[in-house]
Amino acid sequence: MYKIAVMGDRDSIYGFAAIGMDIFPVVNYEEAAKLFKRLAESQYAVIYMTEDLHEKLDNEIERYRNRIVPAVIPIPGAYGNTGKGMRDIKKSVERAVGSDIIFNNENKEAGEKEYE
Amino acid sequence: MAKAHINPTRMELIKTKKKLAIAMRGHKLLKDKRDELMRQFLEMVRENRRLREKVEKGIRKSNKNFVLARAGMADEVINVALMVPRQEIYTEVGSRNVMSVDIPALTFKTKTPDVNDIYSYGMAFTASDLDAAVKSLQDILPDMLDLAQYEKSCQLLAAEIEKTRRRVNALEHIMIPGMQENIKYIKMKLDENERSTQVRLMKVKDMLLEQAHHFRERANA
Repeated sequence: MYKIAVMGDRDSIYGFAAIGMDIFPVVNYEEAAKLFKRLAESQYAVIYMTEDLHEKLDNEIERYRNRIVPAVIPIPGAYGNTGKGMRDIKKSVERAVGSDIIFNNENKEAGEKEYE
Repeated sequence: MAKAHINPTRMELIKTKKKLAIAMRGHKLLKDKRDELMRQFLEMVRENRRLREKVEKGIRKSNKNFVLARAGMADEVINVALMVPRQEIYTEVGSRNVMSVDIPALTFKTKTPDVNDIYSYGMAFTASDLDAAVKSLQDILPDMLDLAQYEKSCQLLAAEIEKTRRRVNALEHIMIPGMQENIKYIKMKLDENERSTQVRLMKVKDMLLEQAHHFRERANA
């Protein structure tokens, strides 16, 4: 039986505790990397992560990319959306097809557009 | 390709021809696999994108609600309210096989069936904004879970497609032309050998006849 984890800065994630996920507030990145490794190796099948943190832990996450579990999913944090999630989808399209045929040009400015 | 290293023998020719046949078959199969994977992938990636847009919008909305809730209450009150969650969510990881790629099939279970268990606090000391915030998170939960499944599947499929595409390209542009070239080279070499043997035989026959009948001497005489 697997569980679901949420990692990120406290303000972005504390609400997820209410709906039954395990939250892991993160303060600095070295700790986050260690924590992430621990979570990925234990009984968490899905790890949601703020986009900000996802960006910083890219190298660690890459290692789990081709495994079935865990699925590491970026979500927007409390301080706005960096567009990392969409960029990752785009990246996998580019990886598979060789060029980006889903987003074409429409989402080029998505990274900058969504700051609030 | 490796023209210099191959023996122009009939044995080698047969071997290379067999190899070529297998390579052609492999190429066709891999190409079909790639096309099917691509079709599945594109379907999934579209769904992935739709879900992500929805989830991102939902989370943004609920973050706004949480900001409102925090504005109306002291931090300690919120922390206490959310400290001991009543609901827990589990997932079972199955796997589905799409063209030899294992993609996860996640099914989710909550600890208690009561939807109201997301409110881990009495309503007395918290602002109603907090209820709204928690509710809005709960509302996007199913989509978030779907998103997890789709996004992981897309990543796995993308990796497999990349691998398959490389193989197809390697076969199509390097292996198969190389073997065809080898076959052609061997054939030419064998033909050439055969011609030179033929010529040699004719020459020898000429010489033998000459020895037996002395045509030239007779002609001169």
